[in-house]
Amino acid sequence: MGVADNVVRAPAAARPTPVPNPAALAPLLDVNGVTLQYKTRDHLVTATYRVDFQVFASDRFILLGPSGCGKSTLLKAVGGYMKPVEGHIALKGREIDRPGPERMMVFQEFDQLLPWKTVKQNVTFALTASGKSRGSAAEKQALYYIEKVGLTKFADSYPHTLSGGMKARVAIARGMAMEPDILLMDEPFAALDALTRRRMQDELLRLWDDTRFTVLFVTHSIPEAVKIGNRILLLSPHPGQVKAELNSNGHDEGEEGERLSDRIHALLFADSVEEEPVHD
Amino acid sequence: MTDLTAGRLGTAPMRPEFVREGVGAQEFGVVEKPLSTWERLYEQSALRKVVILVFLAIAWEVYARILDNELLFPTLSATLEAFWEGIVSGDLPRRIGYTLKVLLMGYASGLFIAALLTAVAIGSRIGQDVLETLTSMFNPLPAIALLPLSLIWFGLGNGSLVFVLIHSVLWAVALNTHSGFKSVSQTQRMVGRNYGLSGPRYIMQILIPAAFPSILTGLKIGWAFAWRTLIAAELVFGVSSGGGGLGWFIFERKNQLEIPSVFAGLLCVIMIGLLVENLIFRVIEERTVRKWGMQA
Repeated sequence: MGVADNVVRAPAAARPTPVPNPAALAPLLDVNGVTLQYKTRDHLVTATYRVDFQVFASDRFILLGPSGCGKSTLLKAVGGYMKPVEGHIALKGREIDRPGPERMMVFQEFDQLLPWKTVKQNVTFALTASGKSRGSAAEKQALYYIEKVGLTKFADSYPHTLSGGMKARVAIARGMAMEPDILLMDEPFAALDALTRRRMQDELLRLWDDTRFTVLFVTHSIPEAVKIGNRILLLSPHPGQVKAELNSNGHDEGEEGERLSDRIHALLFADSVEEEPVHD
Repeated sequence: MTDLTAGRLGTAPMRPEFVREGVGAQEFGVVEKPLSTWERLYEQSALRKVVILVFLAIAWEVYARILDNELLFPTLSATLEAFWEGIVSGDLPRRIGYTLKVLLMGYASGLFIAALLTAVAIGSRIGQDVLETLTSMFNPLPAIALLPLSLIWFGLGNGSLVFVLIHSVLWAVALNTHSGFKSVSQTQRMVGRNYGLSGPRYIMQILIPAAFPSILTGLKIGWAFAWRTLIAAELVFGVSSGGGGLGWFIFERKNQLEIPSVFAGLLCVIMIGLLVENLIFRVIEERTVRKWGMQA
Protein backbone atom coordinates (compact mmCIF):
# COMPACT_ATOMS: atom_id res chain seq x y z
CA MET A 1 0.00 0.00 0.00
CA GLY A 2 2.29 2.76 -1.12
CA VAL A 3 -0.44 5.13 -2.00
CA ALA A 4 0.37 8.67 -1.07
CA ASP A 5 -3.12 10.09 -1.37
CA ASN A 6 -4.07 8.01 1.62
CA VAL A 7 -2.71 10.81 3.75
CA VAL A 8 -4.37 13.64 1.91
CA ARG A 9 -7.69 11.97 1.81
CA ALA A 10 -10.50 13.04 4.13
CA PRO A 11 -12.22 10.33 6.16
CA ALA A 12 -15.18 8.76 4.44
CA ALA A 13 -17.57 11.65 4.35
CA ALA A 14 -21.06 11.11 5.61
CA ARG A 15 -23.53 13.03 3.58
CA PRO A 16 -25.50 15.14 6.05
CA THR A 17 -23.12 15.10 9.02
CA PRO A 18 -19.68 13.55 9.09
CA VAL A 19 -19.62 10.59 11.46
CA PRO A 20 -16.17 9.76 12.75
CA ASN A 21 -15.66 6.08 12.28
CA PRO A 22 -12.50 4.43 13.63
CA ALA A 23 -12.97 1.39 11.37
CA ALA A 24 -12.69 3.71 8.41
CA LEU A 25 -9.01 4.22 9.04
CA ALA A 26 -8.11 0.86 7.53
CA PRO A 27 -9.25 0.50 3.96
CA LEU A 28 -12.05 -1.97 3.36
CA LEU A 29 -11.06 -2.56 -0.23
CA ASP A 30 -7.49 -2.14 -1.35
CA VAL A 31 -6.74 -2.11 -5.05
CA ASN A 32 -3.02 -2.00 -5.55
CA GLY A 33 -1.21 -1.61 -8.87
CA VAL A 34 -3.82 -3.59 -10.76
CA THR A 35 -3.29 -4.29 -14.45
CA LEU A 36 -6.14 -6.08 -16.17
CA GLN A 37 -6.09 -7.74 -19.55
CA TYR A 38 -8.71 -9.65 -21.45
CA LYS A 39 -8.75 -11.48 -24.74
CA THR A 40 -11.10 -10.75 -27.56
CA ARG A 41 -11.27 -12.96 -30.62
CA ASP A 42 -8.00 -11.68 -32.04
CA HIS A 43 -6.60 -9.16 -29.58
CA LEU A 44 -5.19 -9.07 -26.12
CA VAL A 45 -6.58 -5.87 -24.64
CA THR A 46 -5.11 -4.10 -21.65
CA ALA A 47 -8.11 -2.65 -19.88
CA THR A 48 -6.39 -0.96 -16.94
CA TYR A 49 -2.77 -0.26 -16.16
CA ARG A 50 -1.48 -0.19 -12.57
CA VAL A 51 -4.57 1.27 -10.98
CA ASP A 52 -4.54 2.02 -7.25
CA PHE A 53 -7.39 3.05 -5.06
CA GLN A 54 -8.76 2.37 -1.62
CA VAL A 55 -12.33 2.23 -0.50
CA PHE A 56 -13.20 2.79 3.16
CA ALA A 57 -16.26 1.67 5.07
CA SER A 58 -19.38 3.71 4.23
CA ASP A 59 -17.73 5.19 1.15
CA ARG A 60 -19.76 5.98 -1.90
CA PHE A 61 -16.80 5.45 -4.16
CA ILE A 62 -17.24 6.26 -7.84
CA LEU A 63 -15.21 4.93 -10.76
CA LEU A 64 -15.69 7.54 -13.45
CA GLY A 65 -14.31 7.70 -16.93
CA PRO A 66 -15.15 7.66 -20.62
CA SER A 67 -15.91 4.37 -22.31
CA GLY A 68 -12.78 2.30 -22.75
CA CYS A 69 -11.22 3.31 -19.46
CA GLY A 70 -11.73 -0.17 -18.04
CA LYS A 71 -13.97 0.88 -15.17
CA SER A 72 -16.42 -1.98 -15.68
CA THR A 73 -13.56 -4.43 -16.09
CA LEU A 74 -12.11 -3.11 -12.86
CA LEU A 75 -15.42 -3.69 -11.11
CA LYS A 76 -15.58 -7.23 -12.49
CA ALA A 77 -12.11 -7.85 -11.10
CA VAL A 78 -13.25 -6.63 -7.67
CA GLY A 79 -16.26 -8.90 -8.10
CA GLY A 80 -13.82 -11.78 -8.58
CA TYR A 81 -14.80 -12.57 -12.16
CA MET A 82 -11.30 -11.96 -13.50
CA LYS A 83 -7.81 -12.00 -12.08
CA PRO A 84 -5.36 -9.13 -12.40
CA VAL A 85 -2.25 -9.94 -14.41
CA GLU A 86 -0.34 -7.62 -12.10
CA GLY A 87 -1.11 -6.18 -8.66
CA HIS A 88 -3.49 -7.18 -5.90
CA ILE A 89 -7.08 -6.65 -4.91
CA ALA A 90 -7.87 -7.32 -1.27
CA LEU A 91 -11.08 -7.00 0.70
CA LYS A 92 -10.53 -6.63 4.45
CA GLY A 93 -6.96 -7.75 3.85
CA ARG A 94 -7.98 -10.94 2.07
CA GLU A 95 -7.00 -11.42 -1.54
CA ILE A 96 -9.98 -11.71 -3.88
CA ASP A 97 -9.84 -14.84 -6.00
CA ARG A 98 -13.44 -15.68 -6.89
CA PRO A 99 -16.93 -14.21 -6.89
CA GLY A 100 -18.61 -14.23 -3.52
CA PRO A 101 -21.68 -12.93 -1.70
CA GLU A 102 -19.68 -10.49 0.44
CA ARG A 103 -19.26 -8.50 -2.78
CA MET A 104 -22.77 -8.27 -4.21
CA MET A 105 -23.05 -7.00 -7.76
CA VAL A 106 -25.83 -4.82 -9.13
CA PHE A 107 -25.78 -4.83 -12.91
CA GLN A 108 -27.14 -2.53 -15.54
CA GLU A 109 -28.91 -5.29 -17.47
CA PHE A 110 -32.61 -5.82 -16.86
CA ASP A 111 -32.19 -9.60 -16.93
CA GLN A 112 -30.11 -9.63 -13.75
CA LEU A 113 -33.20 -10.81 -11.87
CA LEU A 114 -33.92 -14.50 -12.31
CA PRO A 115 -37.12 -14.50 -14.37
CA TRP A 116 -38.40 -17.77 -12.92
CA LYS A 117 -38.59 -16.31 -9.44
CA THR A 118 -40.86 -13.65 -8.02
CA VAL A 119 -39.43 -10.47 -6.54
CA LYS A 120 -39.52 -11.98 -3.07
CA GLN A 121 -38.06 -15.29 -4.25
CA ASN A 122 -35.28 -13.48 -6.07
CA VAL A 123 -34.15 -11.75 -2.90
CA THR A 124 -34.73 -14.80 -0.72
CA PHE A 125 -32.88 -17.06 -3.13
CA ALA A 126 -29.79 -14.85 -2.94
CA LEU A 127 -29.82 -15.28 0.83
CA THR A 128 -30.41 -19.03 0.85
CA ALA A 129 -28.17 -19.92 -2.11
CA SER A 130 -25.24 -18.14 -0.53
CA GLY A 131 -25.98 -19.76 2.81
CA LYS A 132 -26.43 -16.38 4.44
CA SER A 133 -29.71 -17.31 6.08
CA ARG A 134 -32.54 -19.73 5.51
CA GLY A 135 -36.24 -20.39 5.87
CA SER A 136 -38.44 -17.74 7.39
CA ALA A 137 -35.48 -15.65 8.51
CA ALA A 138 -34.41 -15.24 4.88
CA GLU A 139 -37.94 -14.36 3.89
CA LYS A 140 -38.26 -11.80 6.65
CA GLN A 141 -34.97 -10.22 5.67
CA ALA A 142 -36.04 -10.15 2.02
CA LEU A 143 -39.37 -8.51 2.79
CA TYR A 144 -37.66 -5.92 4.98
CA TYR A 145 -35.43 -4.75 2.14
CA ILE A 146 -38.18 -5.02 -0.47
CA GLU A 147 -40.16 -2.68 1.74
CA LYS A 148 -37.17 -0.34 1.91
CA VAL A 149 -37.21 0.08 -1.86
CA GLY A 150 -41.00 0.48 -1.79
CA LEU A 151 -41.97 -2.67 -3.67
CA THR A 152 -43.96 -4.53 -0.98
CA LYS A 153 -47.00 -4.52 -3.24
CA PHE A 154 -45.04 -6.28 -5.95
CA ALA A 155 -43.31 -8.88 -3.78
CA ASP A 156 -45.16 -11.71 -5.51
CA SER A 157 -44.83 -10.37 -9.05
CA TYR A 158 -42.54 -11.92 -11.63
CA PRO A 159 -39.77 -9.67 -12.95
CA HIS A 160 -41.15 -9.50 -16.50
CA THR A 161 -44.19 -7.65 -15.21
CA LEU A 162 -42.07 -4.87 -13.66
CA SER A 163 -40.76 -1.67 -15.22
CA GLY A 164 -37.04 -1.07 -15.67
CA GLY A 165 -36.84 1.17 -12.63
CA MET A 166 -38.62 -1.40 -10.48
CA LYS A 167 -36.23 -4.11 -11.64
CA ALA A 168 -33.29 -1.92 -10.73
CA ARG A 169 -34.88 -1.40 -7.29
CA VAL A 170 -35.27 -5.13 -6.78
CA ALA A 171 -31.63 -5.64 -7.73
CA ILE A 172 -30.63 -3.02 -5.17
CA ALA A 173 -32.88 -4.60 -2.54
CA ARG A 174 -31.27 -7.94 -3.29
CA GLY A 175 -27.81 -6.46 -3.00
CA MET A 176 -28.62 -4.74 0.28
CA ALA A 177 -30.47 -7.70 1.77
CA MET A 178 -27.25 -9.69 1.51
CA GLU A 179 -25.62 -7.07 3.73
CA PRO A 180 -22.37 -7.40 1.80
CA ASP A 181 -19.10 -5.84 2.84
CA ILE A 182 -19.28 -3.80 -0.31
CA LEU A 183 -21.97 -3.30 -2.93
CA LEU A 184 -20.62 -3.23 -6.48
CA MET A 185 -22.79 -1.29 -8.90
CA ASP A 186 -22.04 -1.41 -12.61
CA GLU A 187 -23.83 1.56 -14.19
CA PRO A 188 -27.04 0.38 -12.52
CA PHE A 189 -29.15 3.27 -13.78
CA ALA A 190 -27.68 3.66 -17.26
CA ALA A 191 -30.49 1.80 -18.99
CA LEU A 192 -33.23 3.83 -17.28
CA ASP A 193 -34.95 6.91 -18.65
CA ALA A 194 -33.72 10.25 -17.34
CA LEU A 195 -36.61 10.85 -14.91
CA THR A 196 -36.44 7.39 -13.40
CA ARG A 197 -32.66 7.65 -13.18
CA ARG A 198 -32.91 10.80 -11.08
CA ARG A 199 -35.45 9.22 -8.79
CA MET A 200 -33.28 6.14 -8.38
CA GLN A 201 -30.25 8.28 -7.51
CA ASP A 202 -32.21 10.07 -4.80
CA GLU A 203 -33.47 6.76 -3.52
CA LEU A 204 -30.00 5.26 -3.40
CA LEU A 205 -28.79 8.21 -1.33
CA ARG A 206 -31.77 7.88 0.99
CA LEU A 207 -31.03 4.17 1.46
CA TRP A 208 -27.42 5.02 2.12
CA ASP A 209 -28.51 7.52 4.79
CA ASP A 210 -30.46 4.69 6.40
CA THR A 211 -27.86 1.96 6.49
CA ARG A 212 -24.51 3.49 5.53
CA PHE A 213 -23.48 0.61 3.31
CA THR A 214 -20.25 0.79 1.32
CA VAL A 215 -20.70 1.07 -2.40
CA LEU A 216 -18.36 1.02 -5.36
CA PHE A 217 -20.23 2.61 -8.23
CA VAL A 218 -19.24 2.66 -11.89
CA THR A 219 -20.63 5.36 -14.12
CA HIS A 220 -19.74 7.39 -17.19
CA SER A 221 -22.00 10.26 -16.21
CA ILE A 222 -20.27 13.20 -14.50
CA PRO A 223 -23.50 14.57 -12.91
CA GLU A 224 -24.32 11.13 -11.53
CA ALA A 225 -20.81 10.77 -10.10
CA VAL A 226 -20.98 14.19 -8.46
CA LYS A 227 -24.43 13.55 -7.05
CA ILE A 228 -23.90 10.05 -5.72
CA GLY A 229 -20.25 9.89 -4.76
CA ASN A 230 -18.31 11.16 -1.80
CA ARG A 231 -15.09 10.16 -3.50
CA ILE A 232 -14.56 10.03 -7.23
CA LEU A 233 -11.78 8.20 -9.02
CA LEU A 234 -11.17 9.54 -12.52
CA LEU A 235 -9.76 7.10 -15.06
CA SER A 236 -8.25 7.98 -18.41
CA PRO A 237 -8.91 5.64 -21.31
CA HIS A 238 -6.85 3.13 -23.35
CA PRO A 239 -5.75 1.64 -21.05
CA GLY A 240 -7.43 2.86 -17.88
CA GLN A 241 -5.06 4.75 -15.61
CA VAL A 242 -5.76 6.81 -12.53
CA LYS A 243 -6.08 10.46 -13.45
CA ALA A 244 -7.28 11.94 -10.19
CA GLU A 245 -9.18 11.20 -7.03
CA LEU A 246 -11.57 13.93 -5.89
CA ASN A 247 -13.99 14.53 -3.03
CA SER A 248 -17.59 15.45 -3.59
CA ASN A 249 -20.25 16.66 -1.20
CA GLY A 250 -23.03 16.00 -3.63
CA HIS A 251 -23.64 19.68 -4.40
CA ASP A 252 -21.31 20.17 -7.33
CA GLU A 253 -19.10 22.66 -5.50
CA GLY A 254 -15.39 22.56 -6.06
CA GLU A 255 -12.38 24.59 -5.03
CA GLU A 256 -12.34 28.35 -5.58
CA GLY A 257 -15.88 28.54 -6.86
CA GLU A 258 -15.18 26.26 -9.77
CA ARG A 259 -17.88 23.68 -10.17
CA LEU A 260 -16.75 20.13 -9.50
CA SER A 261 -18.35 18.82 -12.67
CA ASP A 262 -16.45 21.42 -14.74
CA ARG A 263 -13.26 20.44 -13.04
CA ILE A 264 -13.87 16.76 -13.75
CA HIS A 265 -14.75 17.56 -17.30
CA ALA A 266 -11.55 19.53 -17.73
CA LEU A 267 -9.50 16.71 -16.20
CA LEU A 268 -11.07 14.00 -18.30
CA PHE A 269 -11.11 15.78 -21.60
CA ALA A 270 -8.07 18.04 -21.33
CA ASP A 271 -5.92 15.69 -23.38
CA SER A 272 -8.39 15.15 -26.13
CA VAL A 273 -8.79 18.90 -26.64
CA GLU A 274 -5.07 19.38 -26.94
CA GLU A 275 -4.77 16.53 -29.36
CA GLU A 276 -7.41 17.95 -31.62
CA PRO A 277 -5.97 19.65 -34.71
CA VAL A 278 -6.54 23.40 -34.62
CA HIS A 279 -8.93 24.66 -37.25
CA ASP A 280 -8.90 28.19 -38.40
CA MET B 1 -15.30 28.52 -36.76
CA THR B 2 -18.84 29.44 -37.63
CA ASP B 3 -21.08 31.34 -35.30
CA LEU B 4 -24.35 29.51 -35.14
CA THR B 5 -26.26 32.33 -33.53
CA ALA B 6 -25.26 34.86 -36.13
CA GLY B 7 -27.31 35.40 -39.26
CA ARG B 8 -30.60 34.05 -38.02
CA LEU B 9 -32.75 33.25 -41.03
CA GLY B 10 -36.10 33.12 -39.29
CA THR B 11 -37.59 33.20 -35.82
CA ALA B 12 -40.57 31.18 -34.63
CA PRO B 13 -43.43 33.44 -33.43
CA MET B 14 -43.85 34.05 -29.72
CA ARG B 15 -46.92 32.29 -28.32
CA PRO B 16 -48.54 32.61 -24.92
CA GLU B 17 -48.01 29.76 -22.45
CA PHE B 18 -50.93 27.86 -20.98
CA VAL B 19 -51.68 25.18 -18.38
CA ARG B 20 -54.73 22.96 -18.61
CA GLU B 21 -56.84 21.13 -16.04
CA GLY B 22 -57.59 17.51 -17.01
CA VAL B 23 -61.11 16.55 -18.01
CA GLY B 24 -62.95 14.24 -15.56
CA ALA B 25 -63.42 10.64 -16.64
CA GLN B 26 -67.22 10.89 -16.54
CA GLU B 27 -67.10 13.42 -19.39
CA PHE B 28 -65.98 10.82 -21.91
CA GLY B 29 -68.64 9.06 -23.95
CA VAL B 30 -67.22 5.54 -23.78
CA VAL B 31 -64.47 4.55 -21.41
CA GLU B 32 -65.18 0.84 -21.31
CA LYS B 33 -67.96 -1.09 -22.99
CA PRO B 34 -68.52 -4.83 -22.93
CA LEU B 35 -68.23 -6.54 -26.31
CA SER B 36 -71.30 -8.18 -27.78
CA THR B 37 -71.84 -11.91 -27.19
CA TRP B 38 -70.89 -12.73 -30.76
CA GLU B 39 -67.66 -10.72 -30.56
CA ARG B 40 -66.72 -12.45 -27.33
CA LEU B 41 -67.42 -15.93 -28.71
CA TYR B 42 -65.32 -15.18 -31.77
CA GLU B 43 -62.40 -14.29 -29.49
CA GLN B 44 -62.33 -17.85 -28.11
CA SER B 45 -59.78 -19.75 -30.17
CA ALA B 46 -60.95 -23.09 -28.78
CA LEU B 47 -64.48 -22.36 -29.95
CA ARG B 48 -63.31 -21.36 -33.42
CA LYS B 49 -61.38 -24.61 -33.70
CA VAL B 50 -64.35 -26.69 -32.54
CA VAL B 51 -66.42 -25.08 -35.28
CA ILE B 52 -63.77 -26.01 -37.85
CA LEU B 53 -63.73 -29.59 -36.54
CA VAL B 54 -67.49 -29.89 -36.73
CA PHE B 55 -67.39 -28.59 -40.28
CA LEU B 56 -64.70 -31.14 -41.26
CA ALA B 57 -66.69 -33.95 -39.63
CA ILE B 58 -69.80 -33.04 -41.62
CA ALA B 59 -67.79 -32.83 -44.84
CA TRP B 60 -66.27 -36.26 -44.14
CA GLU B 61 -69.63 -37.87 -43.46
CA VAL B 62 -71.29 -36.33 -46.51
CA TYR B 63 -68.43 -37.21 -48.88
CA ALA B 64 -68.18 -40.79 -47.61
CA ARG B 65 -71.91 -41.30 -48.01
CA ILE B 66 -71.80 -40.02 -51.57
CA LEU B 67 -68.79 -42.24 -52.34
CA ASP B 68 -70.49 -45.18 -50.65
CA ASN B 69 -67.39 -47.40 -50.60
CA GLU B 70 -66.49 -48.63 -47.15
CA LEU B 71 -63.29 -50.30 -48.36
CA LEU B 72 -61.78 -47.06 -49.59
CA PHE B 73 -63.27 -44.41 -47.38
CA PRO B 74 -65.65 -45.33 -44.57
CA THR B 75 -68.06 -42.79 -43.10
CA LEU B 76 -67.32 -40.96 -39.89
CA SER B 77 -70.13 -42.77 -38.15
CA ALA B 78 -68.74 -46.17 -39.18
CA THR B 79 -65.28 -45.10 -37.97
CA LEU B 80 -66.65 -43.93 -34.65
CA GLU B 81 -68.58 -47.16 -34.31
CA ALA B 82 -65.43 -49.19 -34.96
CA PHE B 83 -63.61 -47.01 -32.47
CA TRP B 84 -66.26 -47.59 -29.84
CA GLU B 85 -66.21 -51.33 -30.44
CA GLY B 86 -62.43 -51.32 -30.13
CA ILE B 87 -62.67 -49.51 -26.82
CA VAL B 88 -65.44 -51.70 -25.41
CA SER B 89 -63.75 -54.95 -26.43
CA GLY B 90 -60.63 -53.76 -24.64
CA ASP B 91 -58.52 -54.30 -27.73
CA LEU B 92 -57.73 -50.64 -28.42
CA PRO B 93 -56.91 -49.70 -24.81
CA ARG B 94 -54.58 -52.67 -24.59
CA ARG B 95 -52.80 -51.66 -27.79
CA ILE B 96 -52.57 -48.05 -26.63
CA GLY B 97 -51.18 -49.16 -23.31
CA TYR B 98 -48.58 -51.29 -25.03
CA THR B 99 -47.53 -48.49 -27.35
CA LEU B 100 -47.33 -45.93 -24.56
CA LYS B 101 -45.27 -48.24 -22.40
CA VAL B 102 -42.65 -48.71 -25.12
CA LEU B 103 -42.80 -44.99 -25.87
CA LEU B 104 -42.14 -43.97 -22.28
CA MET B 105 -39.25 -46.42 -22.02
CA GLY B 106 -37.66 -45.01 -25.16
CA TYR B 107 -38.40 -41.39 -24.28
CA ALA B 108 -37.04 -41.69 -20.76
CA SER B 109 -33.86 -43.45 -21.86
CA GLY B 110 -33.41 -40.88 -24.64
CA LEU B 111 -33.73 -38.04 -22.14
CA PHE B 112 -31.30 -39.69 -19.76
CA ILE B 113 -28.62 -40.13 -22.43
CA ALA B 114 -29.27 -36.60 -23.70
CA ALA B 115 -28.72 -35.28 -20.17
CA LEU B 116 -25.43 -37.19 -19.90
CA LEU B 117 -24.23 -35.95 -23.29
CA THR B 118 -25.14 -32.34 -22.50
CA ALA B 119 -23.43 -32.56 -19.13
CA VAL B 120 -20.25 -33.70 -20.86
CA ALA B 121 -20.70 -30.95 -23.43
CA ILE B 122 -20.94 -28.13 -20.86
CA GLY B 123 -18.08 -29.62 -18.91
CA SER B 124 -15.45 -29.29 -21.59
CA ARG B 125 -14.75 -27.86 -24.98
CA ILE B 126 -13.96 -31.24 -26.50
CA GLY B 127 -17.24 -32.58 -25.09
CA GLN B 128 -19.03 -29.73 -26.80
CA ASP B 129 -17.33 -30.62 -30.10
CA VAL B 130 -18.31 -34.27 -29.67
CA LEU B 131 -21.94 -33.35 -29.07
CA GLU B 132 -22.05 -30.91 -31.97
CA THR B 133 -20.48 -33.39 -34.40
CA LEU B 134 -22.68 -36.28 -33.32
CA THR B 135 -25.81 -34.15 -33.43
CA SER B 136 -25.15 -32.80 -36.88
CA MET B 137 -24.40 -36.33 -38.10
CA PHE B 138 -27.36 -38.13 -36.62
CA ASN B 139 -30.05 -35.47 -36.45
CA PRO B 140 -30.82 -35.66 -40.21
CA LEU B 141 -30.96 -39.48 -40.10
CA PRO B 142 -34.59 -40.61 -39.78
CA ALA B 143 -34.88 -42.99 -36.87
CA ILE B 144 -36.91 -45.45 -38.89
CA ALA B 145 -33.94 -45.95 -41.22
CA LEU B 146 -32.15 -47.58 -38.32
CA LEU B 147 -34.91 -50.14 -37.75
CA PRO B 148 -33.45 -52.90 -40.00
CA LEU B 149 -30.11 -52.58 -38.23
CA SER B 150 -31.80 -52.42 -34.88
CA LEU B 151 -33.65 -55.68 -35.60
CA ILE B 152 -30.35 -57.42 -36.32
CA TRP B 153 -28.69 -56.02 -33.20
CA PHE B 154 -31.49 -56.33 -30.68
CA GLY B 155 -33.80 -58.95 -32.15
CA LEU B 156 -37.56 -58.95 -32.29
CA GLY B 157 -38.23 -57.52 -28.86
CA ASN B 158 -38.96 -54.15 -27.38
CA GLY B 159 -35.22 -53.56 -27.37
CA SER B 160 -35.25 -52.76 -31.07
CA LEU B 161 -38.10 -50.27 -30.68
CA VAL B 162 -36.48 -48.60 -27.70
CA PHE B 163 -33.23 -48.26 -29.61
CA VAL B 164 -34.95 -46.53 -32.49
CA LEU B 165 -36.88 -44.31 -30.09
CA ILE B 166 -33.72 -43.27 -28.26
CA HIS B 167 -32.23 -42.26 -31.57
CA SER B 168 -35.28 -40.16 -32.42
CA VAL B 169 -35.39 -38.38 -29.04
CA LEU B 170 -31.73 -38.04 -28.14
CA TRP B 171 -30.44 -35.63 -30.77
CA ALA B 172 -33.35 -33.23 -30.76
CA VAL B 173 -33.29 -32.94 -26.97
CA ALA B 174 -29.50 -32.74 -26.67
CA LEU B 175 -29.25 -30.12 -29.40
CA ASN B 176 -31.91 -27.88 -27.87
CA THR B 177 -30.72 -28.28 -24.31
CA HIS B 178 -27.17 -27.53 -25.27
CA SER B 179 -28.03 -24.45 -27.29
CA GLY B 180 -30.25 -23.39 -24.38
CA PHE B 181 -27.33 -23.63 -21.97
CA LYS B 182 -25.08 -21.75 -24.34
CA SER B 183 -27.53 -18.89 -24.66
CA VAL B 184 -27.98 -18.31 -20.91
CA SER B 185 -27.23 -14.64 -20.44
CA GLN B 186 -23.83 -13.66 -19.13
CA THR B 187 -25.48 -11.51 -16.48
CA GLN B 188 -27.47 -14.41 -15.05
CA ARG B 189 -24.36 -16.57 -14.98
CA MET B 190 -22.54 -13.83 -13.09
CA VAL B 191 -25.46 -13.46 -10.69
CA GLY B 192 -25.34 -17.19 -9.95
CA ARG B 193 -21.63 -17.15 -9.31
CA ASN B 194 -22.02 -14.01 -7.21
CA TYR B 195 -24.14 -16.07 -4.80
CA GLY B 196 -21.21 -18.45 -4.54
CA LEU B 197 -22.98 -21.20 -6.50
CA SER B 198 -20.86 -23.70 -8.40
CA GLY B 199 -20.96 -27.24 -9.74
CA PRO B 200 -24.25 -29.16 -9.63
CA ARG B 201 -26.05 -26.46 -7.62
CA TYR B 202 -25.11 -23.85 -10.20
CA ILE B 203 -26.39 -26.09 -13.00
CA MET B 204 -29.62 -27.03 -11.20
CA GLN B 205 -30.52 -23.62 -9.83
CA ILE B 206 -29.27 -21.27 -12.54
CA LEU B 207 -28.47 -22.97 -15.85
CA ILE B 208 -31.41 -25.36 -16.12
CA PRO B 209 -34.16 -22.86 -15.25
CA ALA B 210 -32.52 -20.20 -17.40
CA ALA B 211 -32.33 -22.61 -20.33
CA PHE B 212 -35.77 -24.06 -19.65
CA PRO B 213 -37.53 -22.53 -22.69
CA SER B 214 -35.07 -24.29 -25.02
CA ILE B 215 -35.18 -27.49 -22.98
CA LEU B 216 -38.97 -27.53 -23.20
CA THR B 217 -38.82 -27.00 -26.96
CA GLY B 218 -36.42 -29.94 -27.16
CA LEU B 219 -38.77 -32.11 -25.10
CA LYS B 220 -41.66 -31.22 -27.40
CA ILE B 221 -39.75 -31.92 -30.59
CA GLY B 222 -38.38 -35.13 -29.09
CA TRP B 223 -41.89 -36.23 -28.16
CA ALA B 224 -43.23 -35.51 -31.66
CA PHE B 225 -40.36 -37.43 -33.27
CA ALA B 226 -40.76 -40.34 -30.88
CA TRP B 227 -44.50 -40.68 -31.40
CA ARG B 228 -44.30 -40.64 -35.19
CA THR B 229 -41.30 -42.98 -35.20
CA LEU B 230 -42.92 -45.48 -32.88
CA ILE B 231 -46.16 -45.79 -34.88
CA ALA B 232 -44.15 -46.19 -38.09
CA ALA B 233 -41.80 -48.70 -36.50
CA GLU B 234 -44.71 -50.75 -35.19
CA LEU B 235 -46.16 -50.97 -38.68
CA VAL B 236 -42.96 -52.64 -39.89
CA PHE B 237 -41.98 -54.37 -36.71
CA GLY B 238 -45.39 -55.82 -35.97
CA VAL B 239 -45.21 -57.86 -39.15
CA SER B 240 -42.28 -59.76 -37.86
CA SER B 241 -43.09 -60.07 -34.19
CA GLY B 242 -46.75 -60.81 -34.55
CA GLY B 243 -47.96 -58.70 -31.65
CA GLY B 244 -47.79 -55.16 -30.49
CA GLY B 245 -49.30 -51.77 -30.26
CA LEU B 246 -51.35 -49.26 -32.14
CA GLY B 247 -49.29 -49.35 -35.35
CA TRP B 248 -49.65 -53.08 -35.53
CA PHE B 249 -53.38 -52.76 -34.85
CA ILE B 250 -53.69 -50.57 -37.95
CA PHE B 251 -51.65 -52.95 -40.07
CA GLU B 252 -53.58 -56.00 -38.87
CA ARG B 253 -56.99 -54.45 -39.56
CA LYS B 254 -55.88 -53.43 -43.03
CA ASN B 255 -54.95 -57.04 -43.76
CA GLN B 256 -58.41 -58.11 -42.63
CA LEU B 257 -59.94 -55.32 -44.75
CA GLU B 258 -61.66 -53.83 -41.70
CA ILE B 259 -61.13 -50.33 -43.00
CA PRO B 260 -63.32 -48.50 -40.43
CA SER B 261 -61.06 -49.99 -37.76
CA VAL B 262 -58.00 -48.75 -39.66
CA PHE B 263 -59.52 -45.27 -39.55
CA ALA B 264 -60.33 -45.72 -35.88
CA GLY B 265 -56.69 -46.62 -35.22
CA LEU B 266 -55.48 -43.55 -37.10
CA LEU B 267 -57.95 -41.41 -35.17
CA CYS B 268 -56.46 -42.80 -31.97
CA VAL B 269 -52.94 -41.87 -33.07
CA ILE B 270 -54.06 -38.33 -33.84
CA MET B 271 -55.94 -37.95 -30.56
CA ILE B 272 -53.09 -39.15 -28.37
CA GLY B 273 -50.67 -36.89 -30.22
CA LEU B 274 -52.97 -33.90 -29.79
CA LEU B 275 -53.65 -34.73 -26.16
CA VAL B 276 -49.99 -34.81 -25.20
CA GLU B 277 -49.02 -31.75 -27.23
CA ASN B 278 -52.00 -29.60 -26.31
CA LEU B 279 -52.68 -30.78 -22.81
CA ILE B 280 -49.50 -31.90 -21.11
CA PHE B 281 -47.00 -29.62 -22.81
CA ARG B 282 -49.42 -26.69 -22.87
CA VAL B 283 -49.95 -26.97 -19.13
CA ILE B 284 -46.21 -27.20 -18.47
CA GLU B 285 -45.67 -24.18 -20.69
CA GLU B 286 -48.31 -22.11 -18.97
CA ARG B 287 -47.00 -22.94 -15.51
CA THR B 288 -43.40 -22.20 -16.40
CA VAL B 289 -42.09 -20.21 -19.33
CA ARG B 290 -45.29 -18.24 -19.91
CA LYS B 291 -45.67 -17.35 -16.27
CA TRP B 292 -42.05 -16.28 -16.18
CA GLY B 293 -42.29 -14.28 -19.40
CA MET B 294 -39.50 -16.36 -20.92
CA GLN B 295 -41.27 -17.70 -24.00
CA ALA B 296 -38.51 -18.74 -26.41
